[in-house]
Amino acid sequence: MLPGLVVLLLCQFAGELAVRLTGVPLPGPVAGMLLLVVVLAVRRPAPDAPVLQAADGLLAHLQLLFVPAGVGVVTTLAVFRDQAPAVLGGIVLAWLVGLLLTGWSAAALLNLQRRFGHGRRAAS
Amino acid sequence: MTDRWTETGEWLVSSPLFGVTLTLAAYVGGRLLWQRLGKPAALQPVVVAIVVVAGVLLLFDIDYDDYLIGGSLISFLLGPATVALAVPLYRQLSALRSAALAVPTAIVLGSAGAIVAAVGFVRLLGGDEVLERTMAPKSATTPVALELAALYGGIPPLAAVLTVLTGIVGAVLGPWVMTRARIVDPRARGLAVGTSSHGIGLSRILHDDPVEGAFGGLAMALTALSTSLLMPLLLPLLGLP
Repeated sequence: MLPGLVVLLLCQFAGELAVRLTGVPLPGPVAGMLLLVVVLAVRRPAPDAPVLQAADGLLAHLQLLFVPAGVGVVTTLAVFRDQAPAVLGGIVLAWLVGLLLTGWSAAALLNLQRRFGHGRRAAS
Repeated sequence: MTDRWTETGEWLVSSPLFGVTLTLAAYVGGRLLWQRLGKPAALQPVVVAIVVVAGVLLLFDIDYDDYLIGGSLISFLLGPATVALAVPLYRQLSALRSAALAVPTAIVLGSAGAIVAAVGFVRLLGGDEVLERTMAPKSATTPVALELAALYGGIPPLAAVLTVLTGIVGAVLGPWVMTRARIVDPRARGLAVGTSSHGIGLSRILHDDPVEGAFGGLAMALTALSTSLLMPLLLPLLGLP
């Protein structure tokens, strides 16, 4: 578990340095994640490798890590009171637009890709 | 005697022990409750934990900043946890290759739509300009939304809260809404949740289906990128220079 955590932290470290030095508008941990995908694809670790165990351990409790940010609601109660319809409507409706737009367009494109793929295979 | 009590109380809230213990206990309690009740979607452990911790802070009149002395130790792990999303992604690399066209297109459409809708609905429902700017980046994951709010004239701590609440809506309602909207392909479902509901929505589907989880993790990462790039393009078009 601990050696795996070190790998995750090193990837984040490299990611943070890379985005800061290049000025790419990407959060450091996301750059670290892309880096780790490449490392894993190249190295192909055993299924019980420490890095995989550490990652699974952290992801099993992903929700815990958002609790402190969510508790920040106590400092922003005034906004919720004064602009309740805009806050709640904005959260739920914008979420719904994002969800449906992504889901429907992805489903349509995947469908198209499958048909196109089949057509090509049938033709050759 | 009362002096000792006051002193001890002051020491306790300014020690990281307080925030860490309270957060972990509230989360473990929330998780236990959730398991006992048969894992109801509406009672995600994160919801119970936030309500309990916020309740304790309000009840004992404890500053959020004092709580963060310990709380930030827990938030710190969001960094390595984001890196860890590489693992479900790696396990599904072959499934991903089958969707090379759909992934970027759907994510850009969805994250652009969410920015425009966030600004539009806040304006329509009588919110002020600062709220519009704070709501706009909320599809990106929490640390990114926070940075983008700071960069484009929003309120960062409020952006973090709006983002967490958005994720909770996604975890609670996402799978139900998608089934009713006839979104059944697990790849499309993962992309939709990852784009609209970041890590919290993702934490639910990671347990549901490995393909959904992998596409969700990828979508969350690319949405952070896409939202960062789209904010400076879309805000001026929405009258927010």
